[in-house]
Amino acid sequence: MIIATLAFYLFAIVAVISALNVILQRNPVHSVLWLILTFFNAAGLFVLLGAEFVAMILVVVYVGAVAVLFLFVVMMLDINITLIREGFLKYFWAGAIIGIVLLVELAVVFGGWAMSPEAESLRIAPAPAPDALSNTEALGTLLYTHYAYLFQAAGLVLLVAMVGAIVLTLRRRPNVRKQKIANQVNRSVADTLEVVKVETGKGVS
Amino acid sequence: MTPETGMAVGLSHYLTVGAILFTIGIFGIFLNRKNLIVIMMSIELMLLAVNINMVAFSAFLNDLVGQVFTMLVLTVAAAEAAIGLAIVVVFYRNRRSIEVEDINTMKG
Repeated sequence: MIIATLAFYLFAIVAVISALNVILQRNPVHSVLWLILTFFNAAGLFVLLGAEFVAMILVVVYVGAVAVLFLFVVMMLDINITLIREGFLKYFWAGAIIGIVLLVELAVVFGGWAMSPEAESLRIAPAPAPDALSNTEALGTLLYTHYAYLFQAAGLVLLVAMVGAIVLTLRRRPNVRKQKIANQVNRSVADTLEVVKVETGKGVS
Repeated sequence: MTPETGMAVGLSHYLTVGAILFTIGIFGIFLNRKNLIVIMMSIELMLLAVNINMVAFSAFLNDLVGQVFTMLVLTVAAAEAAIGLAIVVVFYRNRRSIEVEDINTMKG
């Protein structure tokens, strides 16, 4: 139990510190790296909560896909770092005030919050005992039966996002010659080759 | 799953971490007005805070639906990041800048 408590505080403190570094770093590349550290620590928190599958999905999707996508875009764009910090202090105090107000509001909500006695009976899918069924198996049986339509809808969202991203970033430059495979495949022998009878003593003009 | 001993980590600890991360995300949006990409990272931080809240409730109530919903939020976050970064790239191609102040073409 003591190890779990220590692990919680380690993950929580490192997650908060690296999240602060994400927004305070001068260089966007460093921000992305701190964001990756935040995601790893959040995955650690999920493991502590017994949600191993979501933790692994977090590492795969966020660290492996989203953060790398951010890294590619940050490195692709040529951003002037010195210009970025202009007006930093102008927004600092407004942002700090709004952040503190929000934090106090959340603290008030959590301070007066209590679990409803009916909450136990209103559960839709009570988790099975961990020794009977692992977290991944339990999630799978729930996701592929009860939430199959939501699962399909999530796939559709990803498909639309993929098509949208390709449509947005695809650029046809008029003066660049590209290989047109359809034209190459459709070429016939008659288009390119001509058999000429050449008489003896005369060349082909 | 719900430990009752004195030093044990309870639901409110996780909710506090989520609240702090969410506030940092909001703070980041206000702070980084010159850089659209850091604003998108702040949005990712806020989504992560929401995920922490949902997984914490799911674990402490022994209800798996929270984790299913977390995966759906992850899907939407990935889609949002892809589309948003594509828009940033197109905008940078046209304007050579990603400052929030420069994004005013559709205004008035």
